[in-house]
Amino acid sequence: MKLLSRKATCNSHGQDSSYFLGWQEYEKNPYHDVRNPKGIIQMGLAENQLSFDLLEWWLANNPDAAGFRRDGQSIFRELALFQDYHGLPAFKKAMVEFMSEIRGNKVSFDPAKLVLTAGATSANETLMFCLAEPGEAFLLPTPYYPGFDRDLKWRTGVEIVPIHCTSANSFRITESALNEANESALKRNLRVKGVLVTNPSNPLGTTLTWDELNLLVSFITTKNIHLISDEIYSGTVFSSPGFVSLMEVLKEKKYANNTEVWNRVHIVYSLSKDLGLPGFRVGAIYSNDEVVVSAATKMSSFGLVSSQTQYLLSAMLSDKKFTKNYISENQKRLKRRQEMLVSGLQTAGIECLKSNAGLFCWVDMRNLLRSETFDAEIELWKKIVYEVGLNISPGSSCHCSDPGWFRVCFANMSEETLNLAIQRLRNFVESCNPKNDHKSLKSSRRRSLTKWVFRLSFDGREPDER
Amino acid sequence: MKLLSRKAGCDSHGQDSSYFLGWQEYEKNPYDQVRNPTGIIQMGLAENQLSFDLIESWLEKNPEPAGFKSHGELIFRELALFQDYNGLPAFKNALADFMSEIRGNKVSFDPNNLVLTAGATSANETLVFCIADPGEAFLLPTPYYPGFDRDLRWRTGVEIIPIHCTSSNGFRITETALEEAYEAAQKRNLKVKGVLITNPSNPLGTTLTQIELDLLVGFISDKQIHLISDEIYSGTVFSQPSFVSVMEMVDSADAELSKRVHIVYSLSKDLGLPGFRVGAIYSNDEVVVAAATKMSSFGLVSSHTQYLLAAMLADRNFTGHYISENRKRLKQRQEMLKSGLGRTGIRCLESNAGLFCWVDMRNLLASKTFEAEMELWKKIVYEVGLNVSPGSSCHCAEPGWFRVCFANVSEETLGLAVERITSFVESTTRRSVNNSRRRSLRRWVSRLSFDGREPDDR
Repeated sequence: MKLLSRKATCNSHGQDSSYFLGWQEYEKNPYHDVRNPKGIIQMGLAENQLSFDLLEWWLANNPDAAGFRRDGQSIFRELALFQDYHGLPAFKKAMVEFMSEIRGNKVSFDPAKLVLTAGATSANETLMFCLAEPGEAFLLPTPYYPGFDRDLKWRTGVEIVPIHCTSANSFRITESALNEANESALKRNLRVKGVLVTNPSNPLGTTLTWDELNLLVSFITTKNIHLISDEIYSGTVFSSPGFVSLMEVLKEKKYANNTEVWNRVHIVYSLSKDLGLPGFRVGAIYSNDEVVVSAATKMSSFGLVSSQTQYLLSAMLSDKKFTKNYISENQKRLKRRQEMLVSGLQTAGIECLKSNAGLFCWVDMRNLLRSETFDAEIELWKKIVYEVGLNISPGSSCHCSDPGWFRVCFANMSEETLNLAIQRLRNFVESCNPKNDHKSLKSSRRRSLTKWVFRLSFDGREPDER
Repeated sequence: MKLLSRKAGCDSHGQDSSYFLGWQEYEKNPYDQVRNPTGIIQMGLAENQLSFDLIESWLEKNPEPAGFKSHGELIFRELALFQDYNGLPAFKNALADFMSEIRGNKVSFDPNNLVLTAGATSANETLVFCIADPGEAFLLPTPYYPGFDRDLRWRTGVEIIPIHCTSSNGFRITETALEEAYEAAQKRNLKVKGVLITNPSNPLGTTLTQIELDLLVGFISDKQIHLISDEIYSGTVFSQPSFVSVMEMVDSADAELSKRVHIVYSLSKDLGLPGFRVGAIYSNDEVVVAAATKMSSFGLVSSHTQYLLAAMLADRNFTGHYISENRKRLKQRQEMLKSGLGRTGIRCLESNAGLFCWVDMRNLLASKTFEAEMELWKKIVYEVGLNVSPGSSCHCAEPGWFRVCFANVSEETLGLAVERITSFVESTTRRSVNNSRRRSLRRWVSRLSFDGREPDDR
């Protein structure tokens, strides 16, 4: 008799994908500025390490919060015993206010509709359990976070059907892409229960436009399905256009409380990216549907947030002076890092998708592909990991339909390391060029030079544009 | 189209059971010594509030870990970023050693076989996801923790088949009961994947005997199935016979069998830290460990908490003292409750562990039925003002048993609870004595007036 479950022995956890294999290579040979300066630089980890000093400053000035004290009194026992799945009221209040602040206070959230979970990983899975049966499906725009293959599908038995977005229009979600995805689900006899978007997007680093949001709301209204918006990166929007939350769009479309659509839109949030606290396991589901809130609350028993952590963060996030300063300073630093990477890559002749959020750039390395195939992408990726010494994420691991794109993180290392990474990539690109005259370099100076040289030597034929 | 999942709309979360309804009544009218002295006393919550002072004193002497410091250095960043599902090594090492210490160092645990989860709730569900497919089943001895109905079944789709234990032999697990449960599963076309026991038992407060353990190991060996031992109360064993963990039984030579025995643990009962969400799975099967580790992504332990507890549990002076002092205090409380009830003529099942007594109130039932048990329970909640857990909520096969907690209230409150029960029993006894006196009188009268026909005995 088969001794273990199918879930235990299959590989739907998706951890055999390249996304994780790159990490393994990094683990074997990690870069260190002193001990291993030739090692692999980790650029596949979307962590925010830029603003810890602000958190540390707050902790140093507010020792009671970590010391289980409130107004000088010890509340250790209360916290030790507090396992109510409704969550620490002070923490939920502080969370919804923080979420509101991130959205410029253009929307407000009701703590009674917030469900705390051990990270967004838990929140997303829990929502799937609440909204879909095994064998049903959710539509996701590609490229998407590789972890979704595990989080949304593994134990829930739910399927993901991709909404193909391409570089032709900067990976924007279109009506035809939505309809095609829906049809493809129907062809596979999969009942579609909803759409899940990540906004701001991982791996694109872009925020959804008003058009895209309107399109999505209309789509789910027509099809009578759900819309989940994973807004885990909402605090990392560092330049215009600003962040437009789904809730704003609903407000604007005047979907008052209790209309059907209002109840079918759910938000996922977490403090892992904005505050840089993935270790603390703080996630949340926000829903206007009380049945969903009620079921998700009970399900959160399987992944509650430590009361020790809830208390510490309730104190921190209730400090409005702190949060205001943190949000704006953090955004400034992210912006600066992103610009560093973007311009650095440009000097190497590599362009990034224009982005205004996130902890990474979506990098266009199609020029460097031997052929317009995913095999060539993986070949290139291996070169970058092993020869250049950078662990970055290949687009195929994010289910991207066009080969040649890579997600490169910029907020999880020091400035020096980022510069070194850029230097290495520049060297690599330069070493690639002599081998292949037909590859056009996006650096305009080189292109002009090349054109000028060609004009002299050939019949005025332009080299292939890519 | 049905918009939400069946799971969201059904009630397999089991939270409509009386177990939870009693809590709700308590919430509406909670006892407070000063503010609400006639309120309901919470005796349905298996919490350990007896040894917090020991932990608080440790925290005072060791302020660094809570403050993210290590030898004067701030390690906040490292902890903030630490989300490795393999767990903080220092914490797993300390936890494995603590588990060993609790078992008198008769077994040792390899930290590599330990998977951390957000509480035993998460550990149990995860193990079931790893071992069974939807529609398959686990056998559980009754009475059992009501939360299992949700934890083991709700999202996993796995069934629970009861192994009926009865008071005739002190609720011990018998071979007959095991075989009957297995057959009941067969009849329902359910493939049995394993047996899950809680040792020490909730709600019985007893540790499994060597005989029971031998029986279980023999049974799973014969049927080629798994054994999960939820040892969440292992640190609460306060008197003889001492605790025997199923791990001790597993002969390391019999590798195949040892791979099918898994332990669940947590710090919620022994250390009284349910809010911190610290649970663990221990398994000798590397496939289970690998799968459970990945699944733990859905319920990791906060690194903030892992770090604090790693420091605390690594302090052997502390753990040695804590384990023994905690046991002493639990023993004292159990004796208080047992003797208090005993004086009113209410007996408890002989127990040596846990945070509760399994109380025999069959005498107080109007009839030997679960309806009568519910009736009695309601009286106890509303009239006596004690929230206790009726045996039916724990799937007990016999009516009349109640789980009464003793470690989540102060000594004074426990004393008051005993007084209230005493008054209640005395008034009930008076009533039933009067009733039986009346009944005797009636009989005498009937014998005089009729043909000697006895009225119906109830």
